[in-house]
Amino acid sequence: MTEPRSRLHELLLAGEFVVTAELQTSDSADPGSVTRLAELLRGSVDAVNCTDNSAAHAHISPLAAAHLLADDGVEPIMQFVCRDRNRLALQADLLGAAALGVRNIVCMTGDDVSVGDHPEAKPLYDIDSVHLLRIARIMRDEGVYLSGRQLTGAPSFLIGAVENPFAPPLEFRPMRVGMKVEAGAEFIQTQICFNLDKMRLFMARCGELGLLDLVWILAGVFVPSSARGVRYLRDQVPGVDVPGWVIERMEARAPEDQRAEGVRIALEIVEQVRDIPDVRGIHLMTINHEDAIPQVVEGAGLLPRP
Amino acid sequence: MRRPGLDRRPPQTAPPARGFRKALLLIERSTKEAIWDCRMCGQCILHSTGMSCPMRCPKNLRNGPCGGTLQDGSCEVVPEMKCVWVSAWEGSRRLPLWRSHMAHVERPTDWRLQETGSWENLLTGRDRQVPAGWNAGANPRRAGGAERTA
Repeated sequence: MTEPRSRLHELLLAGEFVVTAELQTSDSADPGSVTRLAELLRGSVDAVNCTDNSAAHAHISPLAAAHLLADDGVEPIMQFVCRDRNRLALQADLLGAAALGVRNIVCMTGDDVSVGDHPEAKPLYDIDSVHLLRIARIMRDEGVYLSGRQLTGAPSFLIGAVENPFAPPLEFRPMRVGMKVEAGAEFIQTQICFNLDKMRLFMARCGELGLLDLVWILAGVFVPSSARGVRYLRDQVPGVDVPGWVIERMEARAPEDQRAEGVRIALEIVEQVRDIPDVRGIHLMTINHEDAIPQVVEGAGLLPRP
Repeated sequence: MRRPGLDRRPPQTAPPARGFRKALLLIERSTKEAIWDCRMCGQCILHSTGMSCPMRCPKNLRNGPCGGTLQDGSCEVVPEMKCVWVSAWEGSRRLPLWRSHMAHVERPTDWRLQETGSWENLLTGRDRQVPAGWNAGANPRRAGGAERTA
């Protein structure tokens, strides 16, 4: 029997339908700002993603946020992007994260600096997300740095990746999951799913490639808070497929009813995603609507969490 | 003459290409830049990427597209440009021998090889050097599978 590396790993191994959510970013040096956000999610989700300068805006370090969460008894998933650090800094933070109690990581390329508030910054992209997955895996399993130099203590964490089943080239996306699995990924969190046809095709193709026995796939679900929010998602966040019906339904509601409508849309998506075979959990995301996440988890009948 | 242990410069930055090596470099640069908008990374994988140069990707990705590809197939960073990896996927379908190479995991970029000739690096085997840890251990894919079903 595999020894679980984290609580999330334990639940996935036990065959539970897991729920993860993204922590709202904090722009405060007060540790309480992070723990207060985590408090909103405690008990509703199994693990919480600490984003890494999401949307290419500077925020509190995910290493610090994840450490604060771990200390507070909320299981963190630390995100690593390849935009801001080269392979030395990434390996240093992988070790440091493990030392500070982080037991789940997710590796990704990262939004480009051009979509953020520091578009003049120099982006690194020394290595890509597939390289980072392999590096995390060899550090963990072989106890060496990429250079081959020995670690004196190997980190232990569950290694995750992301994929976007909704952006071109659609046919290649499942193959890219295969590359990430080959590199070292053990679970996948997908980009925001509104388009269920694409999600079903993606899962079917991953099944044909034999990947569903090798990797757990969690579907990304967005909880809209306003018509403005979904338009922002469609126009400003690259790679998100927001169908017209989502925007129409949000716009059809008065502003004070839009939050409730957003929860209803998310619940419908969750219900349909759970019907897709081998989707092993959901990953909830919102913009300024964090109190909606417990509502969605409860409304979907996923409470209490194991 | 390079003296091991004293000259710490990576071999690619010294000496500058001269004579035959320079001629080779000039031919490679002029043809590949003209045809594929090549960026002279010195470790060419064009045949694995449907003849679409991955170094044209603003994120220098060598293992497939990021999640930011726009719905119409254009690049998130330079919306006027088609995503390098959408072109790569389409191009790879037209390559009978190398189409499966799209799914190969490519090694991390060796940034010391920038502006050197990949033809020369191919001939000398320089472009096959990887950091010692890269191939450490068993095939992670099999290891992962065993772990899942254990």
